[in-house]
Formats: sequence, C-alpha cells, structure tokens
Amino acid sequence: MNFADLWEILSLRNYNTRIVILSTTILGIATGLVGSFLLLRKRSLMGDALSHATLPGIAIAFGLMSHWGFDGKSLPALLCGATISGVLGVLLMLAIRRTTRLRDDVAMGLVLSVFFGMGIALMTMVQEIPGASAAGLESFIYGQPASIVLSDFVLITVVSIIISITTALLFKEFTILCFDDGFAASQGWPAVLLDVTLLALVTAVTVIGLQSVGLILIIAFLITPPTTARFWTNNLKHMAILSGIFGALSGWLGSTMSALYVKLPAGALIVLVAATLFLISMLFAPTRGVLPRALRQKRLRQKVARQHVLRAAYEILEQQSDHQHAPNEGPHLVDNRAITFDSILAKRTWSPRALKAILRAEHRLEHLERRADGTILLSEAGFGEAARVTRNHRLWEAYLVTHADIAPSHVDRDADMVEHVLDPELVRELERVLREKEAWVAMPPSPHSIPAS
Amino acid sequence: MNWTSLDTWIVITGALCAMSCALPGCFLVLRKMSMMGDAISHAVLPGLAAAFLITGSRASLTMFFGAAIVGILTAVFTQWISRFGNVDRGAAMGIVFTTLFALGLVMIRSAADKVDLDASCVLYGAIELTPLDNLSLFGYLVPRAAVIAGVTFLLNLSIIIILFKEFQLSAFDSGLADTLGFSSQLLHYLLMIMVAVTTVTAFEAVGSIIVIAMLIVPAATALLLSHQLKIVLVFSCLFAALSSFLGHLGAITIPPLLGFTDTNTSGMMATATGFLFLLVWIFAPKAGLIARFSGKNRELEAPDSP
Repeated sequence: MNFADLWEILSLRNYNTRIVILSTTILGIATGLVGSFLLLRKRSLMGDALSHATLPGIAIAFGLMSHWGFDGKSLPALLCGATISGVLGVLLMLAIRRTTRLRDDVAMGLVLSVFFGMGIALMTMVQEIPGASAAGLESFIYGQPASIVLSDFVLITVVSIIISITTALLFKEFTILCFDDGFAASQGWPAVLLDVTLLALVTAVTVIGLQSVGLILIIAFLITPPTTARFWTNNLKHMAILSGIFGALSGWLGSTMSALYVKLPAGALIVLVAATLFLISMLFAPTRGVLPRALRQKRLRQKVARQHVLRAAYEILEQQSDHQHAPNEGPHLVDNRAITFDSILAKRTWSPRALKAILRAEHRLEHLERRADGTILLSEAGFGEAARVTRNHRLWEAYLVTHADIAPSHVDRDADMVEHVLDPELVRELERVLREKEAWVAMPPSPHSIPAS
Repeated sequence: MNWTSLDTWIVITGALCAMSCALPGCFLVLRKMSMMGDAISHAVLPGLAAAFLITGSRASLTMFFGAAIVGILTAVFTQWISRFGNVDRGAAMGIVFTTLFALGLVMIRSAADKVDLDASCVLYGAIELTPLDNLSLFGYLVPRAAVIAGVTFLLNLSIIIILFKEFQLSAFDSGLADTLGFSSQLLHYLLMIMVAVTTVTAFEAVGSIIVIAMLIVPAATALLLSHQLKIVLVFSCLFAALSSFLGHLGAITIPPLLGFTDTNTSGMMATATGFLFLLVWIFAPKAGLIARFSGKNRELEAPDSP
C-alpha cells in the first residue's frame, strides 16, 4: 500500500469503493442527525431495540415470498417486513410505557428480546422451505457494506435526504420534545405525534441501514456520533451538525480502511473509527471533555485557595489596624504591613504544606513578597486583590443578611463559597441593592465578629 | 406430540437458566439497566476471541473466563463513561458494547485462517443439544448444562438471600444506602459481576437469546403484579420457569401446525415469556389494561410515574 492508493480511495476515484464509501458517509450524516434527538431523549438504545425488532418481519416476509413462489430475498419485500415489524415494536414500546409503570429501558429491552427470540424461532422455521435459500439473511445482523450496489446506494441516499430534511424542518419541535415533553404537550404541541414521527425516522434509518451495514453498525451510528458531538458543544444545533459530521467522518474513514484491508469487516472498522473519535472527544474536547474539565476544576480550586489566603491576610491586617483606629469611625484605613506565616495559618484549617504551596503560587503572581525575617508582605497588586476579595465576601454577606434574612452569624460559610465567582456586573448589582438598603458599600464592616488569629 | 425424557431435561435446563437470570434481572430492571444483558451478550465476543487466540483451544473454561472478564469490563467501562464523561447511561452502554463487538469481529476476522470461531456461535447456543452432553452426578446422568445452570441459580439465590436487605436498599435509594454505610458502588459492581457471570454461563449452555429475554421480561411481568420486592423475585422465577416449559411446548407443537418440522427452542422460550407478559399486561388485577380502562383502579395508577 502506498500513499497514491490511499489517496485514490480517500478521494473516491476508485469506482469499486466509491459507492460503499459514499453510502456509509451519507448514512452517517442521517443517523448522526436523528441520533442527537434520541440521545437527548435518553433513548439511545432505541436503535438497538428497533433493529432486533425487525427480525420477525424479515423472517415472515421471507417465508411468505418463498411460499408464494417469489424470490424470498427480494429487497423491497424484506424491507417492508422489517418496517412493519419495527413499527409494531415501537408502538408496543410506547404502549407499555404509557399504560404501565415500567420505564423506557424496560420497554425497550422487553420488545428487543421477545422480538429477537421470535425472529430467531421464525427464521429457523422458514429456512426449511423447499427451494428457498435463506443463506445471507444473517447479513441483516452483521451487514456487508462491501456488497452495497447502486440500487442500495440510491435507496440509502433518498431515504437519508428525506430524513435529514424532515429533521431540519421539525428541529424546533423535536428540541422542545427532547427538553420538556410535558411542557410541549401543555403548550398544545402534538407531543405523541412528534414522538412517533421521531421514532418513524429512526425506524426508516435503521431499516435501510440494516441490510447494507448491519445491526451493530446501525446501533453504533445512532449512538456514538451524537455522544461524541455532545462533548464539543452545549448548543443543540451545533451538536446535531457536528454529530452528522462525526457520523460521516466515521463512515468515510472506516470504509476507506476496509477497502485497504479487505479481510476486515467494514462495519466493525466504522464502529472502531467512531469509537476512537468518541474516546478522543471524551478526553480532550474543550467544552465537556474529561481532562479540560478536570483542569478547569483544578484551576478554580487553586484560585479559590489563593483568594482565601488573600482574604485571611487582609482580615489580619484589618485587625492590626483596628488597634489604632477607634471603631465605628467610618471607613477603616487598613495599613499594609508584614504579617507572619503563623497568623495566616491560624486563620483557616489548612495544613502548613498546603498553605506554603499556595503562598508560593501567590509569590509567582507577585501578589506578595517574602521578607528576610520570614514574614510576608503583600505587594501593591496583592493588597488591592485582597481588598477586592474581602469586599466581595462582605458584600455577599451583607446581601444575604439584608435580603435573604440569614442570621449574620451564619453567612460566613455561604459567602465563602460564592465570593470567588461574583463577576463585576453582579458586584455592581449588589452595590446598588445594598445602597438602597443603606448598607455600607465602600468596604462594608463584617456582620459577624472575625475570630482573632 | 412425543414427550420424552430429553424434553424434560431441556425444560429443566431452560428453567434453571431462566431463573438464574430472572433473579439479578429484577434488580437490573429496578436500577434502570435493563439493556445490560443485551450489551454484555454482544460485548463478550472479544473476550472469547482473545481466550481462543491466546490458549489456542476452545476449552470452555478459558473461554468462560475470557467472556466473564470482558462482561465485567463492559459494566465497568459503562459506569466510567457515564460518570466521568457525564454521558447518559444507555448511550454509554451502547458505545461500549458496539465497540467491543466490533473489536471482537475484527480479531476473529484477522485471525480467520486459524480460527474456527464464528460470531453467530456465540449468539445462538443450542439448548436442544444439551441433553446429549451428560455428566454423572450421584449415579444419575444429568446434562452438563443443567448442572451448570443449577449451580449458577443456587449461587445467585444465595447471594440475593444473604444480601437481600442491602440490595433492596441500594436499588431503591442508593443515597440512603451510602449514608447508612453500605457501599452502593460495591453492590452495583457485585450485581454487575453476577449478571456478567450468569450471562456467560448461560450462553455457553443454552445461548444468549434466553439470557437477554429472561433478564428483563419475567421481572417486568412480576412488577406488574406486585409492589413488594420479595414477591416480585418469587413471581419472576415462576414466570421464568413457566415460560421455559411453554416455550419448549410451543417449539414442539407449533411448527407442525404451520407445516414446518423444526424451530429454535431458545427463541420460542423468549417468545413464550413475551406471551406471558402480554397476558399479565392485559389481565393483571390492578395494573392490567382491562382494569385500567374499566376505570376501577384509575386513581391507583398515575400514568408515567413509577
């Protein structure tokens, strides 16, 4: 294999692989779009249930066609059978869910297993019809993307386009159904009808996909790309588009790989490509990925810890200054002087090691300097930041006392958590609200006594 | 119809398998993890393939361990993805099992020259053939599959009896279980191990169709009849055993009626359990469709709220 071969296949110049790659790519787009809504409706495994539920229909269609002397494996008949029994399965699921206290997952599992069992039983029976060769019906379970022919391609394309357009047209309706179906119903939307429409789209995509790419791949196509897309965005529109792109990408890369390694099953390779994309997104996607989120949380924890040190330092300075100013004399003038490590350590329950690490971080930010005698002096910037943090803390405390009627002795902890996330706009709002109440805003006094260190 | 001792053994084996699935199945249904059986039954493929490729034999013990390990991994991966990645559990399950299944297919195909292992042999065990493989037990000839299924059933039964209180609590209120000092995480994994081991043993013996159906359907049927966990457990075992009998009866009697000679017994057992569910769904005294629509017990059942 060389680069020219690879490029020839990737760029679809090779006729043999062109149809296969295009079909799986287009199917990936359609399933990605529909799958997004299934995921948000927490029904990702619906594709799983549905694809198993088509089996009895396929067996019966095959049996009847062979019985009447037609070709048992004629595609339209099999697809018809699959659709009818799939739809029946979906209706049963909805009926079980609406009329019993069993939940979605039970309804899906029930329909899946019973229909699958029935399908296998029927399949075994019809296989003995004389003159009918049922061999190849298993391709409905494992799929043979390599055997896609032009008529399959046309079918997949037409159905995919219809599905994509329907989804785009009903985007708003599906959105409201996914986020709050009760609200949708109460606002007069035909929630049940929309639910059925969504499931009809899933049925359509499952049935056309089953024959060409197989059951497992269809399930993966319906679940993996939307879940992958979910890591990248919180916006449903972007998610649906991304999900279509991820589906297409998996189809394209996976079937390209299978064209290169003919021995390996294309369906499985496509699933593995989709899973790889999922794994990468789950770990690294900036919006909801695991590592970026952990990093953000760590940064926030560090910032919170630093602000705690600064506030502790400020309160110590404030108490030292209090000795020189008479109380209730208007704004306290706080002098910045050196304080000892031990006095900060005594302010909060932190270990000496943790505190030293935080102080080192603050030192790097040039918020403080260490003096030769081991004391700590806040820099200009550090002192300003300390005053700001303390002020936010006090503002929030004052707000809780005046507006939330929380006892002054109980506000310290609440404010302790919130002070780090007050944005400037909220601080201005707090100032406005507190000014109306004539609470002090320049640097409000603490509503509770600060334990001396 | 010609009922022989072979048929009796098939029914007994099927019933034991079905009951050993139904017990953990009740907790799966209560914990909203009904699809786990289906997921595990697909996901074990790479375990089987790896066991075969490493040891080069189809000895059932190595295959069993390969499958059981991957079955447990399926549950663990699902849990990780849904917790750390903040993903809906159904979706996490779907991703894990499709990926593992695909991996298994690739492993099998890439070693196709030396491997006599077919993906479909995993999915369709042959319960019809179980009476032909016998063990001698206390002087009696007993099908090996029946012994395995019986041991699994007793194991599951004793775990559930010993840890009944803990399982009950963590199924209904895992938060409370945690605060009272039972680790619901630990119980969850124990349940998953139970499901994985039961699933894999039953595959080996009778095929996965029975497993997938018996994990869910008897429990769901029993839940329509009672609100009490103990009664639900007993009922689900009864339904499991009954559907095994009805399924085999159907497998013998129905095909001749339609002009065929043979069908798949596992499939018929799954169908039978669905048939029992249908009956209960329609005729159950409180939750049944007839009771519902005749309006007698309307106030007892709030729609859609469990």
